[in-house]
Amino acid sequence: MNNLLRRNLLPIYNNAIKLTYRPFADAATKEKIDKIVKNNKVVVFMKGVPDAPRCGFSNAVVQIMRMHAVPYDSHDVLADENIRQGIKDYSNWPTIPQVFINGEFVGGCDIMLQMHQSGELVEELKKVGIKSALLTAAEESPKSEEKK
Amino acid sequence: MVRLLQSIKSMQSILRSYRRMSSSPGVVENTIRSKLQTVLEAKHLDVINESYMHNVPKGAETHFKVVVVSDKFDGLPLIKRHRLVNDLLKEELQSGVHALSIVAKTPQQWDESDKVVESSPNCRGGFGK
Repeated sequence: MNNLLRRNLLPIYNNAIKLTYRPFADAATKEKIDKIVKNNKVVVFMKGVPDAPRCGFSNAVVQIMRMHAVPYDSHDVLADENIRQGIKDYSNWPTIPQVFINGEFVGGCDIMLQMHQSGELVEELKKVGIKSALLTAAEESPKSEEKK
Repeated sequence: MVRLLQSIKSMQSILRSYRRMSSSPGVVENTIRSKLQTVLEAKHLDVINESYMHNVPKGAETHFKVVVVSDKFDGLPLIKRHRLVNDLLKEELQSGVHALSIVAKTPQQWDESDKVVESSPNCRGGFGK
């Protein structure tokens, strides 16, 4: 009986606590995230840090950023549970990593990869005054341009 | 430009890893498939359980990749297509599905593509924390 109670009631009780306290945490976290994403041109929420990503998807985004030599601000969601949930609520996006350019949510790993492949990323970076290293490299070797 | 192409190639090789092993589809996998099929009237649909690539119990349904080809994506930017899929699978994402990789194409884009879908990047151990 005790077991039954624990199993059935505890989760309800726990959820009730979460539901009660969420709105407070939400408002503060939302404000915090708002500041973070507007404070830098490119912001990445990821698992781990750029030098040691702790998820393959986060790592892929780091690699893309590195390839374009983009300066960015990164936040490790594993280090802060509020941010981990908060960022999902903020952008209404269920997964990590998340990339913001000029305060706007751009996408996760799949979208970044596609934007990288289509050349759209170079354009988006240009809009915020960041010149992709790939663009610089392409300009410095006009001969390879002709070959293409 | 050639360098740009080269770096794209190298990116793809970073992402290339072993393909999924075959096993019978789980409950979540079936739910994802039927939701996407019904609502998006998918012309082509792959639901790939990539959980085995991660540090989760055997048979787990935590990491998925979906390939959806649908007329309903016509005229929608990528982010809206992804949001559409995410919204359809909201319940699953809130109750155990931890990673969802999405390829969302229109039938025309799918026909023009090489129809090869890269496997997701290898896990780096962030799961469970």
